Amino acid sequence: MDFQVVVLAGGFSKNLVPLVSKEVPKALLPVANQPVILYVLELLDQNDLKNAIVVVEGESAALLISSWISINFVDRLHVEVIAVPEDVGTAGALRAIDHRLTAKDILVMSGDLVTEIPPGAVAATHRRHDAVVTAMLCPVPVSGLSESGSSSGKDKSKKTNRYNIVSLDPTKQFLLHIAAGAEVDKDVRAQKSILRAVGMMESRSDLIDTHMYAFKRSALQDVLNQKENFQSLRRDVLPYLVRSQLRSELSSNGVQSDENSNGQNGPQDSKIVLSQLLANSSTPNFHEIYALGLAGSAPMRKTHKCCVYVANKSNYCARMNSIQAFTDINRDVVGEASHLSGYTFSAQNNIIHPSAVLGSKTTVGPQCMLGEGSQMGDKSSVKKSVIGRHCRIGSNVKIVNSVVMNHVSIADGCSIQGSIICSNVQIQERAVLKDCQVGAGFVVSAGGEYKGEALAKKEKF
Amino acid sequence: MESRRVPRTVSDPKVRQVGFFAPPDRSLSGPPDPASSPPLLSNISPSGNSLSPVMIPPPRHLSTDLPRHLPHPQPLLSPLRAPRANETSVPVGSYNPSEFSTPSGIADFSEDQLSPRWGRKSSSGKFATSLPSGGFGMAAANKISDANSKPGVADGGADAEVQKEKGAAAGKPLKEKTTKAERRAMQEAQRAAKAATKGKYLVLSSSWNLSRGGCFGEEETGRKTMGGCMNGSGEDRCSGKGRCGNCGGKTAGTYGTMCTVAIGGGDGGLDRVKGVKIAGGVPTGVGKFLLSCNKNSLCWVTELHLPGEGSKTVGVNSANAMKSAKPAPQKKDNSSVAASERKGGDRQTDKDRKKDVPHPRMQFDDENRVEKAKKRSVVKQAEARNRVELFRHLPQYEHGARLTDLESKFFQLGPVHPAVYKVGFRYLTGDISGGNARCIAMLQAFQESIKDYSTPPEKTLIRDLTSKINCYVSFLIECRPLSISMGNAIRFLKRRITSLPLNLSESEAITSLVSDIDRFINEKIILADNVIVKHAVTKIRDGDVLLTYASSSAVEMLLLHAHELGKRFRVVIVDSRPKLEGKMLLRRLVGKGINCTYTHINAVSYVMHEVTRVFLGASSVLANGTVYSRVGTACVAMVAHQFRVPVLICCEAYKFHERVQLDSICCNELGDAEMVSRVTGREDINSLDGWTSSENLQPLNLLYDATPSDYVSMIITDYGMIPPTSVPVIVREYGREYLLI
Repeated sequence: MDFQVVVLAGGFSKNLVPLVSKEVPKALLPVANQPVILYVLELLDQNDLKNAIVVVEGESAALLISSWISINFVDRLHVEVIAVPEDVGTAGALRAIDHRLTAKDILVMSGDLVTEIPPGAVAATHRRHDAVVTAMLCPVPVSGLSESGSSSGKDKSKKTNRYNIVSLDPTKQFLLHIAAGAEVDKDVRAQKSILRAVGMMESRSDLIDTHMYAFKRSALQDVLNQKENFQSLRRDVLPYLVRSQLRSELSSNGVQSDENSNGQNGPQDSKIVLSQLLANSSTPNFHEIYALGLAGSAPMRKTHKCCVYVANKSNYCARMNSIQAFTDINRDVVGEASHLSGYTFSAQNNIIHPSAVLGSKTTVGPQCMLGEGSQMGDKSSVKKSVIGRHCRIGSNVKIVNSVVMNHVSIADGCSIQGSIICSNVQIQERAVLKDCQVGAGFVVSAGGEYKGEALAKKEKF
Repeated sequence: MESRRVPRTVSDPKVRQVGFFAPPDRSLSGPPDPASSPPLLSNISPSGNSLSPVMIPPPRHLSTDLPRHLPHPQPLLSPLRAPRANETSVPVGSYNPSEFSTPSGIADFSEDQLSPRWGRKSSSGKFATSLPSGGFGMAAANKISDANSKPGVADGGADAEVQKEKGAAAGKPLKEKTTKAERRAMQEAQRAAKAATKGKYLVLSSSWNLSRGGCFGEEETGRKTMGGCMNGSGEDRCSGKGRCGNCGGKTAGTYGTMCTVAIGGGDGGLDRVKGVKIAGGVPTGVGKFLLSCNKNSLCWVTELHLPGEGSKTVGVNSANAMKSAKPAPQKKDNSSVAASERKGGDRQTDKDRKKDVPHPRMQFDDENRVEKAKKRSVVKQAEARNRVELFRHLPQYEHGARLTDLESKFFQLGPVHPAVYKVGFRYLTGDISGGNARCIAMLQAFQESIKDYSTPPEKTLIRDLTSKINCYVSFLIECRPLSISMGNAIRFLKRRITSLPLNLSESEAITSLVSDIDRFINEKIILADNVIVKHAVTKIRDGDVLLTYASSSAVEMLLLHAHELGKRFRVVIVDSRPKLEGKMLLRRLVGKGINCTYTHINAVSYVMHEVTRVFLGASSVLANGTVYSRVGTACVAMVAHQFRVPVLICCEAYKFHERVQLDSICCNELGDAEMVSRVTGREDINSLDGWTSSENLQPLNLLYDATPSDYVSMIITDYGMIPPTSVPVIVREYGREYLLI
């Protein structure tokens, strides 16, 4: 279908500070004991997209990711991992791999996307309208980000998630205005020309940008080359394209250029008649009407289309771009969106690896996961949590609403609630953790009580 | 133009018998009396509902049939029954009062034995009284089906029974010769009857109300799986026709001669089936039949009259799995009217297509075929609920579901070329509509795909490319049924492919095909439009008021051209919900400075006063001069005819088709029913919201209708201006020509 897939896997994200470490870049953070990038790649695999470019920030992260991918997807996908310098932003990353982009359209996906929405839907919408960019938006999950976000106060991403103002046309096909979180405190400025052309604009704040875009390659490259200072796709490129949709400065874009070239080939009268016939029969959208102006038959103004695909509410879709999101996704993938995980659940609605050992009177509740080779002592209980591989958990331990990664040892009498425990952490006796993030390799001393803290070894983050 | 034709008696039977109204007794048909028609109509259908959307021309001469119908307030049933009754010369046998006294288990007739749909269509109380025999038949059927649970068992006894019936049958008066039109009406009825049968089992339906009974009262009637044996000469050919197992009288007549049931149109009709033997047909008791089917061919014995019992009929329907190897049934299937649709050299390509492509006019009430088609299909299609019975044979899907499914499969449609995919997707979303535009878009997509084509190793271009095109076509059909013009274009393209010289290299072949397609588009569409405009513009004089309906590309070009020539005229654009295509046309015409009036079809009789010419576009023109066009065209043409305003149809010759169609039922397209029920921008009129949950509501969104040739003054085509009666000439003389470009 002439689409090229670019997965932006990021590097060592600052948003997820205590969780990511030198060994674990963002893309390899576990969701239900599988790296998050697996969900994207699986999605591609399911949709017969066998070639993908994975762009990673930083050489070391790229090495880690490419080795992981080559082990797990060796015979299924043809994945190319490309390292770009850190902190170039998403737009910078694409700029860096500019020369690799050859297909007519580019599908850009974020590596931290956990969803079941087929990328084909975005691509189809894109193709149907001959759009310059098509973004996928999804409704804010009811149970998700907004309400449970109260605990981890210093979440930066919450701001962006909270008010993402998106304006659509009445048919919900075109993107008229987009304002990301930061701009919201000020007045929102919508463009009069667009508003006048469309007639009606629907602004909503209940949609989140899922970071899955389809770009027309030529347009994307144009923008990236013209606007050197653009850093982020979401904050710079997309709003720019949306803003300028009625006064397009893109040199090469589909329909218009076709028609122009037809115009130049003047004598070919039938060609013009033909294109006009086709144009007349299709229901014109505001772009075409605007381009035509009031009277003229030849398009006077250049426009381009920015489309959206608004995903169905029933589809699961989330991005792991914050610590809160990390817990949420872990919870959902084991819980309500369990079909994404690819595991089969037991009758108790949980997953306990056969090699896991449970002590007597230890209970593992529903929507839990216990990884390979983990051991649990007596009288412990696990509720709504994910526990990784080879963890050693002592007796009388309570783990609720938490994510415990691999090789963690938790001594007797600990209570862990709403926390994230990274790999190789040691938690000594009777420690109480509530809403904490414990970085890799950290040792929580015996009897310590922490609440809402990020604990990590001193690293140069 | 000036000499307008004398308004023929508009009650010409071939027009009139759309399947809803009793055929006029021609001896009695007086001069048309428009004034009398409305009251008549209302008399006949007191409940005046349900069928109105498809009721094209109003009946004028029902006087003879009226008395019969009046006592039975069932507007739905009577019209379909009537033609048959007429023909079988057991006039309205089912209503024969003597029947009512037939002593059988009528007592146990109860409301719940009626199909729920009956009750819905009119007041159930009336049914109970007016259809005692219907109930009786069903009761009987039920009883019997309980009695013989094993179908084959009764075979032996069958013969005896049949023999007994023979005498009675012989005594029956032979039916009179049927006219073509009547036969058609019958077929229509049978189609409806077929619609009733669900599933693979034979359904015994008491056919007091003949086909309609089948149509509206299925399930409850004794449903029984049976093996039927049809074995007869011309079985292969029969299968298509098989289901038009014919109309009662005929069957009854021959039935007496022991099991030889003549199925088919009798005297040289379109049905070629001659004798079909029913090996063991047992009319046990009252309306019960056992048939055993030999071979997998399909047999529809829609109605068998058991002469002994008066004219009781049993609708038996058997849709056994047909051998897919047999192309005939599919092809003939619904083209009873258009038996000659494909012939000659088209065979081969046709066969090819059979393999991959569901027949463009597949009968969607036949679950077997629908199942098969589903397996093949790329797009998962959820059948719409609450479909209108009469249109069961047309595909109707839940719109939203298809879209999402197609979207999500974007990357999984291996064989479908992106250009074709895009076109299909735009068909589905309605981005492209209009015969010419759809056809051009399709051809351009094919052109793209051919440009990208390379023959796989060990295959020949001709065969492989044909199958590729077949695959694309089936994909497009899944997105939206093809229009006739597209069918013609596809035929042309396939013909070009198959007639490529074998020694041509691949690149040469591709170049030649690409230029062929270009030529087709240019000559058959663009140039044709220009010629049409040149012809038609001579019909526009200064001071004219021209009326057009919806949006036709040819008419638009005509109006613009006339405006450029400096003619002074005014345009009335008549439009209708839900598509409101006229708005776009209006915008463009007003943009060019043409003086326009815009109105909806409700007001057409008002605006028609001032109109001097009506210009209409067409989706297709059929061999009998019928104009198949956007729904509402017939209405406009009829009103214009009534006001003595000439109706001129602008239609390119590539849209002509040799099929004959008398109504808009057998071939049509159903749009998204949601469109009818929802009025955009008017939240206050949302009483139809959530109609899917209501069993009793079946919105109908027909997309096309057939305008009888009586209402058409002239057809302007690229071969000149012709009367509708000359369409067959064009089809004959030039129809082959475009295959030979």
